[in-house]
Amino acid sequence: MIPEIGHFALILALSVAVVQGIFPLWGSFNGKLAWTSMAKPGAYAQLFFLFISFLCLLYAFIVNDFSVKYVANNSNSQMPAAFRASALWGAHEGSLLLWALILSGWGAAVAFFSKGIPSIMLARVLSVMGFIGVGFMLFLLMTSNPFERLLQIPLQGRQLNPLLQDIGLIIHPPLLYMGYVGMSVAFSFSMAAMIGGKLDAAWARWARPWTNIAWVCLTFGIALGSWWAYYELGWGGWWFWDPVENASLMPWIIGTALIHSLAVTEKRSSFKVWTILLAILAFSLSLLGTFLVRSGVLTSVHSFASDPARGLFILVFLLVVIGSSLLLFAFRAHKLRSTGSFSLVSRESGLLVNNVILLVMAATVLLGTLYPLIIDALSLGKISVGPPYFNAIMVPLALVLFSVMGFGFFVRWKKDSMSRVLKRVWFPLTLSLVSAFVLPMLLAQDLKIMTILGVFASSWIALAALMWVLSSGRSPFKLPLASWGSVVAHIGMAMTVAGITVVSLYDSEKDVRLEKGQSYELAGYKYTFNGVEAIQGANYKAHRATMDVTYNGKTVTTVHPEKRDYGPGSMPMTEAGIDAGFTRDLFVALGEPLGGDAWSFRLYHKPFVRWIWLGAVLMGLGGLMAALDKRYRRVRRRSLEVAQDDEKQTTNKPNPKLSGAIA
Amino acid sequence: MKFLATRLLLILGFCFFTLQANAVKIEFHTFENKQQEQLYLQLIAELRCVKCQNQNLAESNAELAKDMREKAYDMIIKGGSRQDVVKYMTDRYGNFVLYKPPFIAKTLLLWVGPAVFLILSLFFLIKLIKKQQKEPIEMLSDTDRDSVRELLNSKKD
Amino acid sequence: MNMKFTIPLIVFAALAGLMLFGLTNDPKLIPSPFVGKPAPQFTLPRLYKPEETVSVSDMKGKVWMFNLWASWCVSCRAEHKVVTRLSKKEKIPVIGLNYKDFGTEEYGNEALKWLEVLGNPYYAVVVDKDGMAGIDWGVVGVPETFVMDKKGIVRYKFTGPIYQKAADEILSPLIEKLRKEEG
Repeated sequence: MIPEIGHFALILALSVAVVQGIFPLWGSFNGKLAWTSMAKPGAYAQLFFLFISFLCLLYAFIVNDFSVKYVANNSNSQMPAAFRASALWGAHEGSLLLWALILSGWGAAVAFFSKGIPSIMLARVLSVMGFIGVGFMLFLLMTSNPFERLLQIPLQGRQLNPLLQDIGLIIHPPLLYMGYVGMSVAFSFSMAAMIGGKLDAAWARWARPWTNIAWVCLTFGIALGSWWAYYELGWGGWWFWDPVENASLMPWIIGTALIHSLAVTEKRSSFKVWTILLAILAFSLSLLGTFLVRSGVLTSVHSFASDPARGLFILVFLLVVIGSSLLLFAFRAHKLRSTGSFSLVSRESGLLVNNVILLVMAATVLLGTLYPLIIDALSLGKISVGPPYFNAIMVPLALVLFSVMGFGFFVRWKKDSMSRVLKRVWFPLTLSLVSAFVLPMLLAQDLKIMTILGVFASSWIALAALMWVLSSGRSPFKLPLASWGSVVAHIGMAMTVAGITVVSLYDSEKDVRLEKGQSYELAGYKYTFNGVEAIQGANYKAHRATMDVTYNGKTVTTVHPEKRDYGPGSMPMTEAGIDAGFTRDLFVALGEPLGGDAWSFRLYHKPFVRWIWLGAVLMGLGGLMAALDKRYRRVRRRSLEVAQDDEKQTTNKPNPKLSGAIA
Repeated sequence: MKFLATRLLLILGFCFFTLQANAVKIEFHTFENKQQEQLYLQLIAELRCVKCQNQNLAESNAELAKDMREKAYDMIIKGGSRQDVVKYMTDRYGNFVLYKPPFIAKTLLLWVGPAVFLILSLFFLIKLIKKQQKEPIEMLSDTDRDSVRELLNSKKD
Repeated sequence: MNMKFTIPLIVFAALAGLMLFGLTNDPKLIPSPFVGKPAPQFTLPRLYKPEETVSVSDMKGKVWMFNLWASWCVSCRAEHKVVTRLSKKEKIPVIGLNYKDFGTEEYGNEALKWLEVLGNPYYAVVVDKDGMAGIDWGVVGVPETFVMDKKGIVRYKFTGPIYQKAADEILSPLIEKLRKEEG
């Protein structure tokens, strides 16, 4: 009964979304207030029904209702309750329901915090979001119904892939989806603005905090995924350039460009065309990622069980959403005239250069991900494009980006002179150049070209951000939260760059055979193997090794790498023993028994690897600070005034700026 | 299509759930020198396990990956160079086996595309900035202009 | 409408076409680079008489087939009947490569049992214990089948279990065509 309620609620949510899509948009053209006012309750009702639907599926997982096919395929009663619940989004159907739920959540949030937005604009925004929701719910109901029942009810469900039974998986997908779907808000605002044809900068002002929050979620989501892969896959790797990872990186890169571009559009009324295009691109790439992951077009380690029918549906959906938005763009973009003119040396130019490099980076990821498919489509055979390619192209691009980044802080809006900028940057620039040579010499006793470049990029970004606050002439406490957010985010970027540089160039690994009592030394750390014991976990059996680590004779830590067996049908799993530290991680993976007391181990020394994720946390924090700046609360009031102004204008009352222009 | 997919799964037999097969298999190889070891580690990271979803030789536990690693190791300790191993593998598995695609005619776009794209877009960007600088500064936004037109029209009436 | 604003739309249209192709395409099928090239050499012990060896050069002047199989391979079992029928019908020598068969006691036991139960259609069965000959032939997964012409050039590779329709419509005509060619 409960699954049927869930199914029914999903159908109701779809119906609501159809209404939410059609009527407010229609009403916004023919001026029927009753129709436009359906947008808000529609958004709330959609969320309500999807939430019921979601709860029903969650219930089926919690009570082990194996008559539901999706539950039987992805969960069993031996799994701990928390993992049974998160198994809901462990496979295609459930994760898609989560997508739809989050989308409706964003829609309801926009409806709720919409005080300053003119009702016609809001109606259009929610209508676009309604249409996107229709697509996703149709997809669910037609190809991927999670509530489908089984005729023969199995006694026990299948084991969820043990790799996914992990805290990382409980939170990683929801956050990532929050980011993907959150990009739909900026998309919807830009679409609404284009539909209305009134392309002033107001939409940017409204879309900005939403985009920031979506970007924050995406940042946290990607960082979590990377961290999860690091500790769970057992290879000590944190980024594999797998199509699935690339699918999340592309919207992130474009999203990064978008939040910068939105700032310029809002503040300076420039970049209007560009910002609209980025808003479309960011969400389109999120959708494209979904297509690539779920259609089986590309082979990926993480891809969902693929089904061509699903692939075809998403492709049609992509054609409708992206195609119509780009078509609208083609017709309306010429109407956009940026008003703020700026010179070649100006912050606007700097940000445009930054945007272009980011776009090229996203395009590179897309090119590399799709190139095997292109070659295949042209019947030129099969090729693979993997990490060596991406590293070879993306690292230089990133270095160009980072070099430009530092200058951006010191250039004035509108017009600046090179000599004035140089006067301001010489100090942080010199300091970072010096540290690029001195730091590696001091800490690593060597001088690799990549180290110099990496350390330079990192310290240049961080110093530039810091110097900018210190030299702003204002007390740091009086600086708006958004400015602080920017500084924190850029320092986060610097940290991530530093972490990537150091761990890529100075990590060490060794496969060793150790008998009980034997030890091995790697990067100064001495690992002593003190035996293996058999333990019983919640739904697995495991061998658990004890490894004592000392440094210069002093005890550092004891780690317990495990090898788990989740029973028939699943391969043994490695649970690495990790000692996390600010400047290094010690990472031990347990291999196989080699007879007697001996076991094989893989040891890693990963200097500064934490910095990669700590940096990402700072980036996310910075984005959050920017989104929560009280300016936006004020802006809401101000935009209310703008909206009223608009109405006044139509009643022929000239505003001061206008009368000036006429005079 | 569905038939094909199931057939393929059957064929691929022991490489069903690549993601599941994550238990670290640890092999011990002895090398004559550091360079050989470096070369080996580099190669198994850059060669693809041809039957897996998307994994290199180093990370895959598939039997085939193990054999391919063994072959690479064998060639290296017998004095084989990087090119020797790469040629051996590509002769058998095509360029598909290389995660770093070779620089050939059909990968031209892949390798030079990003650089060309960057240079072109920067070129057009600078042109655009210079152009918009020369244009008279518009004081009015679109809405303002529309309103002005409306105002002027209403005055004519 | 300014043409430059249609660029994103055009790029997207190209991408959509590519994705449509992707849906009809199987990314896992890898073509063999051997087709059209001389067959890789091997000299391997025979399953029934381990002291004797068979080499590729022994097959010179004949059109022959090379079939990789293993007793642990489920789909090889399904293919076996088809291979048996084909070898009888076309009277073509098929060399079977027993690929990485993990016997319990003595190596090859499982393989011998398998042939005993299912019958032995092979001209000769050779043993590839460690999979190195398999790698030499660019194996991805058993079963795989190669067809060689009289000059010892690989002319065709079939990946996966041969089904009857493929045997009748692809392999039989090919074998007859190759037999007509000059040696």
